Amino acid sequence: MADHQHAAPAPVGGNLLNTTTLVAGLLIAIMVAVLLVRFVFGLGAVTNLNDGYPWGIWVVVDVVIGSAFACGGFSVAMLVYIFNRGEYHPLVRPALLASLFGYTLAGIGVIFDLGRWWNFWHIFTPGYANPNSVMFEVAVCITLYIIVMWLEFSPTFFEKFGMTDAKRKVSKVLFALIALGTVLPMMHQSSLGTLLVVMGVQIHPLWATPLQPLLYLLTAITMGYAVVLFESCLASSAYRRKIETHMLTPMAKVMLGFLVAYLVVRLGDVVVRGALPRAFAVSLEALMFWIETACFIAPLFLIGKESDRRNPAKLFLAGVLLMLAGALLRLNGFLIGYETGDGFKYFPALPELMVTVGMFAVEVLGYIVITRRFPVLPREEATH
Amino acid sequence: MSTRRDFLKGVLAGGAAVTAGAVTEPAIARETKKRPPDGLGLLYDATLCVGCKACVAACKEANQNPPEFSTVDKLWDTPLDTSGYTFNIIKMYRNGTMDAKDQETNGYAFMKVSCMHCADPSCVSACPVSAMTKDPVTGIVSYSADACIGCRYCVAACPFGIPKYQYDSPTGKIGKCELCRHRYKDGHYSACAEVCPTGATLYGKTSELLAEAKRRLAMKPGELNRFPRGKVGGPDQSYETPAGKYLQHVYGEKEYGGTQVLKLSGVTFEKVGMPNLPEDAAAALSETIQHTLYGNLIMPFAVLGAMTYVAKRNVKPDDDAQSGKEEG
Repeated sequence: MADHQHAAPAPVGGNLLNTTTLVAGLLIAIMVAVLLVRFVFGLGAVTNLNDGYPWGIWVVVDVVIGSAFACGGFSVAMLVYIFNRGEYHPLVRPALLASLFGYTLAGIGVIFDLGRWWNFWHIFTPGYANPNSVMFEVAVCITLYIIVMWLEFSPTFFEKFGMTDAKRKVSKVLFALIALGTVLPMMHQSSLGTLLVVMGVQIHPLWATPLQPLLYLLTAITMGYAVVLFESCLASSAYRRKIETHMLTPMAKVMLGFLVAYLVVRLGDVVVRGALPRAFAVSLEALMFWIETACFIAPLFLIGKESDRRNPAKLFLAGVLLMLAGALLRLNGFLIGYETGDGFKYFPALPELMVTVGMFAVEVLGYIVITRRFPVLPREEATH
Repeated sequence: MSTRRDFLKGVLAGGAAVTAGAVTEPAIARETKKRPPDGLGLLYDATLCVGCKACVAACKEANQNPPEFSTVDKLWDTPLDTSGYTFNIIKMYRNGTMDAKDQETNGYAFMKVSCMHCADPSCVSACPVSAMTKDPVTGIVSYSADACIGCRYCVAACPFGIPKYQYDSPTGKIGKCELCRHRYKDGHYSACAEVCPTGATLYGKTSELLAEAKRRLAMKPGELNRFPRGKVGGPDQSYETPAGKYLQHVYGEKEYGGTQVLKLSGVTFEKVGMPNLPEDAAAALSETIQHTLYGNLIMPFAVLGAMTYVAKRNVKPDDDAQSGKEEG
């Protein structure tokens, strides 16, 4: 194992009260207020959802895109433990933390959107559960994964509170948790794409393919690495720490590998299904297709060369572009390319947007509090 | 260090597991389901419809739904589309000068919009908690609010835009036509067919309705013919009227593997709001993918096995603890 020469994780320390945390707190308060209205008066009171667009940003952004953004833990853990690249070990904890938050929030976000939320337990109950439903698979896998991740991350809390015995016990089964932690996201991230298949002809041909599960899986992995690039650069600059280019540079190369595999499948699929002419029509869908595709391709030029991959600014930008690209693939499939008939329009209402913003604020606040108080980021000798 | 070799091993282990799963595909592929032999349904004949909307009112009453207003005075139930509170509606097609009925250019036509009771319904396949079910005998697609979690995947999945949600309520339900199954025990049948004055909406077994539809397509336009009203095989309420000018297409005979509600029209179905659907149901493809990947959990366990094997070799029992103690 190569991780022995790495610095051990340690709390960053510092003050919890600053502009960022205060703004996050305010946004969270707004979200809570909107949700109160939603639960008392119904979904229609705060959202622009309608029967043509029964799923809005609470599903597509908070859950479908949000959980893909939370794939950092899965992508890095796979690199470290499955492909045995111990040199990336210091990235595991921060990535896992972000994933933990992302998924837990996605799980909670589902409840906000469920019209009959008090029945949610039916999905795990034999007699109600329908194994033919893609949604069933997604729900069960995500729930299991959230539990697995909390267990995976628990050593950090045990460390903080000096519970060495509990920590040792978890460490003994860590390999099993890590294995589960790679298989479960593979299952539900691919299924999030399969959700579109049953919608059939309502999905625009540029996004309607039986290869959906493969496309969503490959982009989830790519987005996982992209998020790690994004977070590492952001954490380094916010906490004035040294940027971990020695790990990020080779990891970016792995990311590009998955990206190329995705592009081959994605573009090949569009051509083989004969959907390409639709990309040259004058339509919002065609425009969005090209923006999405450009965001996927640009990083190849941006950090295709080894020397460019050593440039933190370029790594950061490539990470942001790929996060955007994956987000667009999902947004385009579920909303822009979804057509259920004439007369329906959807654009999120302001209160609806504030809930999505509030969810991201929870994520940012949680990340700050935990990295400052718990041993997550690698200890750094330099002062801050 | 042998990291590169281990990297390759990891790739191979994962790849082998994925291939193992993919090979099992043909055994699990699921065909589009057929209509049950005694399935119940409706035949809507747009050429017989006079647009009186008696069926819309009867449906409201039978399902105890509140009126919905679209006019300023709010005097009458005037829904513009199906909704969580309107399960059946008559829509109108208008073109140009609207000179003649059932004529595509410079004409007008009616179309009934309600649940098609698909042979292979997308909503039933989509529903994670079996709130949407298809009766194996009658084929009626029913909804249970007690089971429903309100995820609205059925709303998104249906190609006809039928299941709809009550967004204005904190305890909103899904609303859709259930062919008045709650009225059968009193000797009644679908209210829309019961009240239809012209027999434009006819109730019965889909197999018999299909035969009736084919009989009408064989008629000579304008020629006097007898048309049943109410339900096929029920008391004779038939009357004589000139046959309409039909398109040679029974909508629902083959769409998505067939639906139990069938439709006849003089105007192209797509123009009156009925989608152009393939003969294979989307549910069949979705479930084929789902069960290819997860059937009997063979593939997940194969991948999990491979991952556990590799992870066990690469994770030392007290991985984190060690690095923490040594450096900390």
